[in-house]
Amino acid sequence: MKNYEKVIEKVILLSAIVATISVALITVFIFQSGLPILIQYGLIDFIFGTTWSPTNGYYGILPLIAGTLSVTIGALIIGVPIGVACAVFLSEILAKKPAKVFKFAIELLAGIPSVVYGFFGLVVLIPAIRNYILPIYQIFAPNVSTTGFSILAGAAILAIMILPTIVSMSENAITAVPHEYKEASLALGANKMETMVRVLVPTAKSGILSSIILGMGRAIGETMAVLLITGNMAKMPNTVLDPVATLTGTIAMEMGYASPTHQQVLFAVGIILFIIIMILNIIAQISVRRLGGNAV
Amino acid sequence: METKFEIEKLNLYYGSFQALDNVDMNIYRNKITALIGPSGCGKSTFLRTLNRMNDLIQGVRIEGTVKFDGKDMYGLNYDVIALRKKVGMVFQKPNPFPKTIYENIVYGPRIHGEKNKSKLDRIVEKALYEVAMWEEVKDRLQKPALGLSGGQQQRLCIARCLAVEPEVILMDEPTSALDPVATAKIEELLKELAVKYSIVIVTHNMQQAGRVSDYTSFFLNGKVIETDKTEVIFSNPADKKTEDYITGRFG
Ligand SMILES: Nc1ncnc2c1ncn2[C@@H]1O[C@H](COP(=O)(O)OP(=O)(O)OP(=O)(O)O)[C@@H](O)[C@H]1O
Ligand SMILES: [Mg+2]
Repeated sequence: MKNYEKVIEKVILLSAIVATISVALITVFIFQSGLPILIQYGLIDFIFGTTWSPTNGYYGILPLIAGTLSVTIGALIIGVPIGVACAVFLSEILAKKPAKVFKFAIELLAGIPSVVYGFFGLVVLIPAIRNYILPIYQIFAPNVSTTGFSILAGAAILAIMILPTIVSMSENAITAVPHEYKEASLALGANKMETMVRVLVPTAKSGILSSIILGMGRAIGETMAVLLITGNMAKMPNTVLDPVATLTGTIAMEMGYASPTHQQVLFAVGIILFIIIMILNIIAQISVRRLGGNAV
Repeated sequence: METKFEIEKLNLYYGSFQALDNVDMNIYRNKITALIGPSGCGKSTFLRTLNRMNDLIQGVRIEGTVKFDGKDMYGLNYDVIALRKKVGMVFQKPNPFPKTIYENIVYGPRIHGEKNKSKLDRIVEKALYEVAMWEEVKDRLQKPALGLSGGQQQRLCIARCLAVEPEVILMDEPTSALDPVATAKIEELLKELAVKYSIVIVTHNMQQAGRVSDYTSFFLNGKVIETDKTEVIFSNPADKKTEDYITGRFG
């Protein structure tokens, strides 16, 4: 082997070691800081307690878990159908050139800083929910009221934020479906729509699912945009128009003024977040493998 | 003898390139028509005009008339879906969907509105029986079709095509990816299918054309040099070029 190759090899090895050690250190640090209080307070009380009032010594994070999950699931409910439909549209319906322009524009969305999304939500979405969505909602549930800061606002913004991931990865997956399958379907007398729904999307499903998983990861971890628009009330929500606080948002907001115990509790929140994401990732990887694709 | 397709003065252009030049041909009911000719002469292109698969390619322009059962199939408001239901196609490369064997066969019938489970079961059995595969695969209907051998996959594709009860089957070199045994099986199958269906088959294999077909049409550079009964083409062709091609003197 030539000399410079040896050097390059060493550099790569070093990078890999640094990356691995960083991850390990962060993990150890979080667990070390959070675990004692978690054990002291009791895992069950911590996870299933419904009162989050750290200044008074109540550390029940169920409202925060509910906040994170509701906003994330909401984002997927809004974002996945739009994203997948958009991917199908770009790959199968629109002509190649305009499709490229659209795809480029959608990918640009990924480059916008999240605080800008949050700000947009704050000035556009929040008043819109208060002034337009609420009256409609009240037709069905007259007692509901909202300031606009809500699960819905968070979910809608997150849905837009995960679109680039879902659209571009799904589009790639659908475009990669062999042309032969499409021809076979059409030759059997299927129309374009049936071919898309019954052949193209099912064949591309592992790629589409991967895109959803990545989108979900982004949605769970997103802090800033959500912080600005969900209202940050650590209470169990009843409707999508209720304000919520998320795990990430709470850590970000409270770390600055937290007392030492409170700080430890926030690290414990981090542990829970860590575990939730791990579990979701494992479930997701297993399902992608089941569908015969390569996990991301 | 009943005519299925009447093709008159058919010209087809890919952009500015003319791939079919003034093609006239009749294709008869319950007969096997073989299309032969050197590579690039327009056989696949011609075949794909018969179920309007060329519609999918951008920049294709078609002139002349192609009548199916007496109706101009490139006419205004012609129902392409109904056409493709009656004119099935088997491709050169076996292309079963990445679904189960069962799902592959019921795909067409389901699209065309069949929901009844026991009817679908019967369609599957019948189609597999027709391609002589029922015994081979009846215990693994719920297994992925891509797990079958190449020859089995091609027969499955034929079964998938038969399941929508077409009147015509178009085949583009259906045995070119298969070994001699699988090829023989499909040839045998073709003869049986011709009792019920009209078949148009593209082949590079002269012996195959001679063995299975009733009519043979020789293509050269986008033109049809001649179409006649297969015995005539092979024993006493009208055109010198046909004779040269068949005897292997060129192409
Ligand atoms: N989509 C297309 N766009 C442009 N030209 C095409 C297209 N498809 C085919 N052609 C051209 O049209 C001519 C006829 O092609 P076709 O596929 O019909 O030939 P073929 O007789 O089936 O050949 P082979 O025996 O090799 O399959 C060829 O010159 C080919 O390059
Ligand atoms: Mg061809």
